[in-house]
Amino acid sequence: MRNRLRGGQQSSVVFKGIGSILATALFSVLLAGVAHAQGGQPVPWQIGFQEPVTSIARQIDSFHDFLMIVITVISLFVMGLLAYIIWKFNEKANPVPSKTTHNTKIEVIWTIVPILILLVICIPSFRLLFAQYTFPKADLVIKTTGNQWYWSYEYPDHGGMSFDQLMLRDDDDKPIDGPNGEPKVLAVDNFVVVPVNKNVELLVTASDVIHNWTIPAFGVKLDAIPGRVNRAWFNADKIGTYYGQCSELCGKDHAYMPIGVKVVSEADYATWLAKAKKEFASNEPVRKKAGDTKLAATAKENINR
Amino acid sequence: MSTQAHAADHDHDHKPGFVKRWLFSTNHKDIGTLYLIFAMVGGIIGGFLSMGIRAELAEPGMQIFSNPHMFNVFTTAHGLIMVFFMIMPSLFGGFGNWFVPLMIGAPDMAFPRLNNISFWLLPPALGLLVMSLFVEGPSGMNGAGIGWTAYPPHSTSGHPGPAVDFAILSLHLAGASSILSSINFITTIFNMRAPGMTLHKMPLFAWSILVTAFLLLLSLPVLAGAITMLLTDRNFGTTFFDPAGGGDPVLYQHLFWFFGHPEVYVIILPGFGLVSHIISTFSKKPVFGYLPMAYAMVAIGAVGFVVWAHHMYTAGLSLDTQAYFLAATMVIAVPTGIKIFSWIATMWGGSLSFPTPMLFAIGFIFLFTVGGVTGVVLANPGIDRAFHDTVYVVAHFHYTMSIGALFTLFAGWYYWFPKMTGFMYNEALGKLHFWMIFIGVNVTFFPQHFSGMAGMPRRHADYPDALAGWNMVSTIGAWITSAAMAVFFFAMVLAFMRKQKAGDNPWGVGATTLEWTVSSPPPFHTFEKLPKVK
Repeated sequence: MRNRLRGGQQSSVVFKGIGSILATALFSVLLAGVAHAQGGQPVPWQIGFQEPVTSIARQIDSFHDFLMIVITVISLFVMGLLAYIIWKFNEKANPVPSKTTHNTKIEVIWTIVPILILLVICIPSFRLLFAQYTFPKADLVIKTTGNQWYWSYEYPDHGGMSFDQLMLRDDDDKPIDGPNGEPKVLAVDNFVVVPVNKNVELLVTASDVIHNWTIPAFGVKLDAIPGRVNRAWFNADKIGTYYGQCSELCGKDHAYMPIGVKVVSEADYATWLAKAKKEFASNEPVRKKAGDTKLAATAKENINR
Repeated sequence: MSTQAHAADHDHDHKPGFVKRWLFSTNHKDIGTLYLIFAMVGGIIGGFLSMGIRAELAEPGMQIFSNPHMFNVFTTAHGLIMVFFMIMPSLFGGFGNWFVPLMIGAPDMAFPRLNNISFWLLPPALGLLVMSLFVEGPSGMNGAGIGWTAYPPHSTSGHPGPAVDFAILSLHLAGASSILSSINFITTIFNMRAPGMTLHKMPLFAWSILVTAFLLLLSLPVLAGAITMLLTDRNFGTTFFDPAGGGDPVLYQHLFWFFGHPEVYVIILPGFGLVSHIISTFSKKPVFGYLPMAYAMVAIGAVGFVVWAHHMYTAGLSLDTQAYFLAATMVIAVPTGIKIFSWIATMWGGSLSFPTPMLFAIGFIFLFTVGGVTGVVLANPGIDRAFHDTVYVVAHFHYTMSIGALFTLFAGWYYWFPKMTGFMYNEALGKLHFWMIFIGVNVTFFPQHFSGMAGMPRRHADYPDALAGWNMVSTIGAWITSAAMAVFFFAMVLAFMRKQKAGDNPWGVGATTLEWTVSSPPPFHTFEKLPKVK
């Protein structure tokens, strides 16, 4: 629910009147969707970020709110000047043009003031950047590998348990909704499950071409590059289901390799882990659907080339 | 083309026959015309591709493509064609050739035959790119779906078929063309200015072309190197970008963006120069802060070479690297701000009229401001974690270097159309064109900020149902833009049919640069006797 309200707030910054009118008009549409309000995914007519559920994502969010104010003021200032000029200095209003071509004072001002504004922006920006790269002690390590076009996950802390995550499709390969109302294109067969309020360290790599692992609500986005292992971390503090989508062009089904993460309570995590360890016991990734062997074969072919 | 030739018949100087004049052309105005016609062809192809993209994204699910790979092919070709075969040939090649010699009082370009080969490398380049759409890319699929950035390994092992080779060779030819014309422009501007025209008196458009030429000359060889390495990785067993052989895919990204970032200034700088003249002309006032304007462009060009990795914030760069590129990128906003404020100050106190070119110039300032401030947002690596590769980025760069550059192109086109053809266009149709395209592009791209924030990645052929609303709005905007382009072409056909005489200087006292001192259209050879500049 909160993301919807947030959207409304931001609109008023972007558009002033128009945004709030739009938000009001769409309020009923948004309310209609409350039944599926799970966060962690886009909602119709959204105009802001998804609800942030990590400290980093919240910092991104508040930094963005600050930037929105700065850039809106700048844009409105420039547009105000343009409007004033058009009104005040058109041919009819001002038939005789001035010949002014220099004014050192104003030129110094419009060089110095932007520099000051940029310096002010840089402070929270550096703070955010450094926070993102201050890795806390990991409670859980997950390794993910991007493949054309699915994600593989390993839990190295738990006996190398590994599994694949594929988008749900029907027999014609068309995306379908999940059994529990997961939206199509985002719905996956196996969710990554992590405990709430724990530091999760994420190792990201790829087996064939470059992919990109992201969960917008976590404020994490990282390229999965063959031959490299990139590192990120998150600590999600709200139980729920969160989705992301591959964010680096990787071929035909680039749009069809979503990322699904379930953040669960410690107890639920333990239950899941016990079950998953049995189900995904082997080191070889398990592929459950008949159609997937074809995908895997293509991927292999590409690797071997 | 024939109309053009016919129009030029009115003056009485000696002109060669059709083949000699157009195929073996060494005349800067004819070559400029060829570039502009070529850019129109490129723009029409690229425009159809963009409508394919928007039609596909109109609703969730696959709409017009049965295979999402074809969508990637469309986005790739749209990007490459618009950059290399529409914007660059028109603003740099077309207007540069037409008006740099006229503005600096030179009889022609320094190397007229080089000029000819610069142009004639482009049609085969476009031909190769179009051919790449019809040959195999990934196994069993046609075309290169690699994005205009062509990141390996997707562009190497991901596309075993020859489509990517065609695209690479196309870029090689287009790059060679641009390097040759850059050499030509630099030589012309340094050595062939009319007596009395020092660099510090040179019109800003010539300044912008000079800076652009340097950017191209220094950045394109790096692209050429990078794509040659792609080519050998693909065909001759090298492993520059293949970790299996000790290479690194990220190396390609550094090389590409070392070219790619200056390239965005290559696209927009000629427009900066042009808009200065147009605003000055229709304010009936000289440009405010001429020297800061010129050196702001030099600064943008110079700093533009040291900010490339802000395109790679999510590639796993070290913290210190990201911190540096954050700081360096912010610096660009300062000279850009100087330009925006100087344009406003040029209008301040002026006596403004608002014919079509002026509308496009003011429209450009609006678009560039909106796109510029979202650029300041994207410059922060911390926040780029949310925006990287979302359609927010698509909105940002279309506002600045795509639609922004397109608006300067239309501003220049309407401004110089009377000079180039001798005919006046229909002002009402021009204004209709402006308002339709202004509304169209904003309706197309503004909602993409929202979808991007909601998390919609770019280059996705399909998306969750929740994103349907803004995507439909975006597609409606694209249709409005298409209708605006129909108005544009109608206005042009009408202008050639009506043949309403424009006169040597239709814009009055504000138009002070040298091109307005010659007839419209200018004689085949101008400035055989060099003008003196006081």
